[in-house]
Parts: sequence; structure tokens; C-alpha cells
Amino acid sequence: MRILKYKEAISEATVQAMEADNSIFVTGHAVDYPSGIFGSTTAAAARFPDRVFDCPSMENGFAGIAVGAAAMGKRPLYVFPRADFMFLSFDNLLNLACKWRYMYGGNAGRVPIVFRAIVGKGWGQGATHSQSPHAPLAHFPGLTVALPATPADAKGLLLSALTGQDPVVIFEHRALYDTEGPVDEAMTPIPFGKANIVREGSDITIVATSFMVSEALVAAEELAARGVSVEIIDPRTVRPLDEKTILASVKKTGRLIVADTSWELCGFTSEVAALVAEKGFHHLKAPVRRIALANCPAPVSMKLEEAFYPKASTLANAALQLLGKASTDMAHIDQESLFKGPY
Amino acid sequence: MTESNIAPKLLVQMHRELLRVRHAELALAERYKQQEMRTPTHFGVGQEAVAVGVCAALRKDDVAYSHHRSHNHFLAKGGSVYRLAAELFGRETGCSRGRGGSVHLTDLSVGFVASSAILGEALAAATGSALSFKMDKANRVSTAFFGDAVAEEGAFYECLGYAALMKLPVLYVCENNGYATESPLAIRQPEGVSITGRVKSFGIETFYVDGNDVCAVYETAAKAVAFAREHMLPVFLECTTYRWLEHVGPHFDHDLGRTYRDEAELQDWQQKCPVRRSETVLLATGLATEAELEGWEAAIKAEIEADIERAYADPWPDPSQLFDNAS
Repeated sequence: MRILKYKEAISEATVQAMEADNSIFVTGHAVDYPSGIFGSTTAAAARFPDRVFDCPSMENGFAGIAVGAAAMGKRPLYVFPRADFMFLSFDNLLNLACKWRYMYGGNAGRVPIVFRAIVGKGWGQGATHSQSPHAPLAHFPGLTVALPATPADAKGLLLSALTGQDPVVIFEHRALYDTEGPVDEAMTPIPFGKANIVREGSDITIVATSFMVSEALVAAEELAARGVSVEIIDPRTVRPLDEKTILASVKKTGRLIVADTSWELCGFTSEVAALVAEKGFHHLKAPVRRIALANCPAPVSMKLEEAFYPKASTLANAALQLLGKASTDMAHIDQESLFKGPY
Repeated sequence: MTESNIAPKLLVQMHRELLRVRHAELALAERYKQQEMRTPTHFGVGQEAVAVGVCAALRKDDVAYSHHRSHNHFLAKGGSVYRLAAELFGRETGCSRGRGGSVHLTDLSVGFVASSAILGEALAAATGSALSFKMDKANRVSTAFFGDAVAEEGAFYECLGYAALMKLPVLYVCENNGYATESPLAIRQPEGVSITGRVKSFGIETFYVDGNDVCAVYETAAKAVAFAREHMLPVFLECTTYRWLEHVGPHFDHDLGRTYRDEAELQDWQQKCPVRRSETVLLATGLATEAELEGWEAAIKAEIEADIERAYADPWPDPSQLFDNAS
């Protein structure tokens, strides 16, 4: 299979979906510029100049406009170059879009709007350019929340969103944009609610989201060299959540680490920990361990930022502790951030 | 009172529609007092001429959205009293199958897309439908009904700017009734800067009308709609009017001892009752006699009572269907 970058996979999915369905349009800041959201919308803008257009700074208004356009049969794809700006759209997204089908009893049709929101990390992105609110969004019935961790997922989940019937938010991690992987050339949607067993193993399960999947893979390699077999489960969507695959893995390994790209309290790690406590407690040989952002806003200074983000070595050490083994300095396994500014 | 060029048939039709909306609201408000409609309900008694006049100027394939005080607009766009009443009773036959309640109404078959309780949402959605019409080169107009308090929301200005920028065929109808819940306009918006004035600064064509005069509303709305349709541009129509009942609920404020406005103010506005004013036009133009007016009123009231009784007798939603349309 061809190897594509994450951003190329997004671009390909967008173009293919727009070819198949002329009700799709793309908007958001600078989507039709040559730089096109890190190249992810450039090809679509060239191919469909009437359906890829810039948007003023009006995140809440436009979320409502997207709903009204969708109610008339359009499929808006609204791109937020920084996920943090999407906070401004929560009224129309959460009060209107994701309740639409339910609160009109199905009689007002469906509003299949799709938001792409890019999460920053590293290079001093700081407190308001790096957040990933997937857990609070997943709280709301009616909304699908996806976090592609690979180029294949980036394409397949976006295709599902653009061919589905309901509102979807996709969180794309900037640190993944240049990563490469095999991507099916055909339009093959990846269904929501089906976890990816990224790596099979028998000693410990790591449930990881988004960029933490790559960190978990690095940790798993290091742990394999030390005789520890890690299974990595990427839920791909946090709503709907594939409980079955997570529980089956914990049943097999008896140990669980949950690693997420946001904070711990009321976060995705809490949800998975609660799930396993409720439905898989008897499988556990050790307490659940959560790996999340440090409990403070993202700092800018390089030294503080390094301490803020958990990384492969954090995961590997947590795994050793859960297995009752001595932790060691594993800083050498941590990936250098590929993410460079200034944007 | 407007000595109008409106066709006699339409004058009669609008009057009958005013009666239907007025008596539906009065009957629902009376029934509401029995505590069987468990949904916070904002009655639109006194404001009927805006909904009736504007909707008479729309085509059936034009769409409308509304806010929390949406019954008048739902009915005037063609929605049925029966399905509205069933929605308020929480019945499966309600327009939103009992899942939405008073503030979440829909009837796509008549082009009433949705109403929503959060200020500015419906206006944004209406703008989005206009975007869709523009992209499809459809000769349709999207309408947003909203109150004066929406002019305090950020989304209002976002959407005005976008509609002007993108040249969207949307009709913004501001029902200025002077109060947001119980807060008068004077403590919410700066003195000397009208809502219409602010909208003008976006380069949007604006219209201003006495919202209690159904003929004036219709004639002005017809001009506004024609302008939006012909030029593919947004238009803004501000209608001054007044709600007779409390913000949410079936009572008069003075009966409950509320002090944010007094009975004398209400009585002044009741002198400008849109239904009575329309009657005067019909009598003056010889389009109806007193006896005919009374006959229509009685027949409409009877139909409404029958609709409400039928809705009340309808089945509840089955709890096994709690998750229908949830995800």
C-alpha cells in the first residue's frame, strides 16, 4: 500500500468525498490559501474553488450557519486551525447541532456538520493554542468525537464523517501531520466506535489516544527489549467508545494504563478507568494508571513544556511500576518534537 | 390604519390567521394553568401581527426559524394547532414527538425548520439556510424571527456581517417588544442607537414598521422579501410590538404582583391590539360584517378547542423509545 503523510491522507479524503458528494463545502480561516491548513485543504481548494472558501472570525455564528446549511441538505466541513478557537462555537455545536435530531423528534431531519480541529503541542504553543477538549465534547449525546492517530485513520475517519448523517468533531494532532503510514487509495471509511488494536501484547494494556499512540508505540518497543509485552488499544473515537475491545484487552493482560492528550480530572483517562472499574474490575491485577497532561495550563518556556507533556519514557516507567519492576532512566527513547513554528 | 392595496382575499385570510393564532395562544395559556403542559412556555399574545404579516409575504418553500417565543411563527407559517398542542402536552403526536417542547418546534412540510431557546441560534441557522439557497441558486428566502435581546448577542453581528459579505437571501425579523425576560431595553442597550440603525451600518437594507398593524407588516415584509429574492441580499425588518402575558407562563404580570411593568402600560398596548385593528379594516372596507367576524371567531375557537382536546387524548411516547434519534 502507498505511504502517505497524515496531512496528505486528510487532503485525499477531502477531495474524494467532495468528488462523490457535491453537497460538501469546506470553510474556516485560510482554507483556500496556498498554505491551506498545512496543505490539508490545498488540493480541495484547487479542485473545487466554489466549495472551498475562507470564513470570517465568527466561530459561534458559523457553527449555527453550518447547522442551517446542513438542514437544507449541505455538508459543511468547518476547519479550526487551532482547536482552542472552537470553544467559541460550543453554543451552536452543543446546544443545537448535536441535539438537533433528538429534540425535534427526528422530524427536522439531520444536520451532518463536520468540524476539523487541530491540536497544537510543543514549540511554545502555550495555554490557548494546545488544548484538546475531546472529553468535554464527548459528554454530549448526539456528537461523534474522533481522534485519528495514523494517516490511515485520518483518511478513514474523515470519510466516515463526510458520508455519515450526524455531527462529528475530529481532533487532529499537529505533531502527527508529517508522520507517514500506509493509506488505502480507495474510499474506505473507518467506522466510528471501533477501536484499533495497534499492537498485540500480553502483559499490559495501554489505551492511548491521538499522539499518545505514537508515544505508546515507542514505549512498547523499549519494554519489549526488557521482556514486557504491551498491547496498545486506540479507541479512535471517544464517543462512541468501543468498550468491548478495551475490556477484552484488560481481560487478557490484567493491567491498564490510559494515556491521553488532555488532562486527567473528568477526562478521557477517567472514563476508561471508570469503565474498567465497573465492568472489568475482576480482571485487574494492579490498579489502573492514568497518564495525562500535568495539572496546569500548558506553559510556554521550553523547560516547563518538557515537564508538562507526558512522553514515551513516562509511559514505559509507569508500565514497569505496574509490573512491580524497578523504573529506570529512559529519556533516550523520547522523541524529539518534529513540530516547528512559528505558526 | 393602513388604507391598503392588499387584495381583499388576503386581508380576510390574514384576519382569520390572526384569529387562529390569537385564540390558539389564549386557549393554550388557559389550558396551561392546569399544570399538564410541563414545558416552559412563552406565549406570544399581542404579537400576532408580526408573524401573520411576515408569513403572508413568504412563499411556502421559503423557510422560517424562530426563538423561544415561537408559537406565533410556527402557526403563521402553516403549522397546526393540533401538533403544537400535542407537543406542549408531551405527546408522541407532537410536532417534535414530545422531545422538544414549546421552544423546540418544527414542521418541515410548511417550511418551519426549527425554533431554539438560546438567543441567536435560530438567526444563525436561518443565515446558513440562506447560504445553502445561494450556493444552489435556489430562488428561496430564509427568515429568522427573533427578539430585541438578540441584538445583544455576538452571533447577531457575526451573522449580519456574513450575510452582507456573502450576499445571502435572508430576512431578519426583529420583534422588538421592549423586554428581555423582565429587563427593559433601556437597561440593556445604549440610548439613542436603534437596532435598525446598527444593522444599517453593515450596509444591509432595513425596514421599520408598527408590528401591531398586520397590513403594514405585510406590505413592508412583502417589499423586504421581494428585495431579498430579487437582489439575493439580506434584509432587516424591525417590528415594534408588545407581549401581553408574562415572559414565560400564562399569567398577566400584574396579577402576579410583578413590578417591572405596570398594568397601565399593558392597557395602552391593548388599545393597539392587532386583532381589533384588523377587524376595523375589514369593517371599514366592507369586507366583513360584525356578524361575519363573530362567526369566524366562534368557528375558529371551536376548531382550536377540538384540536387541543384531540391532542390531549393522544398517546404518550413509549419510554422504550427514550433513545430514539439520540445517536
